[in-house]
Amino acid sequence: MSGVEARFAGRLGDFVLDVDFELESGLITALSGPSGCGKTSLVRCLAGLTRLPGRLVVDGDVWQDERVFRPPHRRQVGVVFQDSGLLQHLSVRENLLFGARRSGGVSAEALMEVTDLLGLAPLIGRATSRLSGGERQRVALGRALLARPRLLLLDEPLSSLDAAAKAEIMPYLERTHRALAIPTLYVSHDAVEIDQLADRMIHMAAGRITPAPEPSAELAGLSASERDALALAALRAGLAPTEGRRGPRP
Amino acid sequence: MGEVIWTTIRLAGLTTFLLLLLATPLAWWLARRPAWWKEIVAALTTLPIILPPTVLGFYLLIAFAPSSPLMAPLHAVGIRTLAFTFEGLVIASMIYSLPFAAQPIRAAFEAMGAQPMEVAATLRASPIDAFFSVALPQARRGYLAAAILVFAHTVGEFGVVLMIGGAIPGRTEVISTRIFHLVEALDYGQAHRLSAGVALFAFVVLLTMLLVERRGGRAT
Repeated sequence: MSGVEARFAGRLGDFVLDVDFELESGLITALSGPSGCGKTSLVRCLAGLTRLPGRLVVDGDVWQDERVFRPPHRRQVGVVFQDSGLLQHLSVRENLLFGARRSGGVSAEALMEVTDLLGLAPLIGRATSRLSGGERQRVALGRALLARPRLLLLDEPLSSLDAAAKAEIMPYLERTHRALAIPTLYVSHDAVEIDQLADRMIHMAAGRITPAPEPSAELAGLSASERDALALAALRAGLAPTEGRRGPRP
Repeated sequence: MGEVIWTTIRLAGLTTFLLLLLATPLAWWLARRPAWWKEIVAALTTLPIILPPTVLGFYLLIAFAPSSPLMAPLHAVGIRTLAFTFEGLVIASMIYSLPFAAQPIRAAFEAMGAQPMEVAATLRASPIDAFFSVALPQARRGYLAAAILVFAHTVGEFGVVLMIGGAIPGRTEVISTRIFHLVEALDYGQAHRLSAGVALFAFVVLLTMLLVERRGGRAT
């Protein structure tokens, strides 16, 4: 089948992860949930960076089951980390080509296509230390795409960026979304980002996939971004969340 | 005089080269292994810093003696002892300077953290590939510091080289042991020249290290 079937169950220290889900090709699936619920652990399991018992099948290829465990470098997975993870001893160009060279090489056309898609042409000769936060994440995304992944994992790629940097990168992410034909998991807390980018959503709590929390009856019928705007306005007006019911992040 | 300087440079150069190779897997293991007991290994390899050189020299002399069980396997290839040989001097210098190589390299690997290796793995780099293409380049300042320290420390060592090498002219005599013998012979003029050269060398080494540190500090 096309897409991803994933199931992981096991203990990581004091924490138990127990998830079973599917990702469809060409779609962005948002993964949300409170801090510490296991989102990053799940991303690490999918990338093979953390080993938990389970089963992972990508486009019909078994990457992990009871007998098989493909190490990360043998999984065709693209990962964009929260803090970009650019290799600081390499330039932007060398970072972009690092994975591509190890994935059967890259043509000039492919490089140009990705640099155009993400607006990387003006950055390509720079040292990574001279990039802004938004630029770093664009390079990290371009690097992941050039390695020709069959599964793309974006682990809160915008969470460390300020509002201006987020606004700068969002159009690039939307363009990338339209161009992608692979399953993508997008981890985020931010309802606005999810609303703009995701096709479907998985919600996690305490290491398990749970139904997304329903808004109260008064807010039913409003979109996630409208609810966020309302919550933001309420916070600005000095209204604190009720005890036991936490409002959305401003 | 030229022969002594050449023996010293040869000893320091060879010790530095071999020690960087030997210290790399040790430093990598110490930096990456989470187990607490690795610190026992770290303490053992750091011992030469605090052990008197004569203690180390004494035990190495016993280990290199023809009757030593460590030497027994080498008898078959015609090597009866490593004491008072240049090869023995190199091995002794490597043991004596091991902490000066292992510690800066370990610190550089630790400062790098686990993430660059994980990033490289998600970009299809095998562990060996990632080690050479990511870990080594990112730890280059640690290697530079280790190389400078080991070379300088070997040039400056006295007790171990005297006990293991025996200061045999043309074979195992180095600058530090020559200065000792010149002073013993009351030849202060020659001793001054050699000593001033070593002092100048030490100053240049320290200055280079400080400038490298300063440059690295600015770059990060």
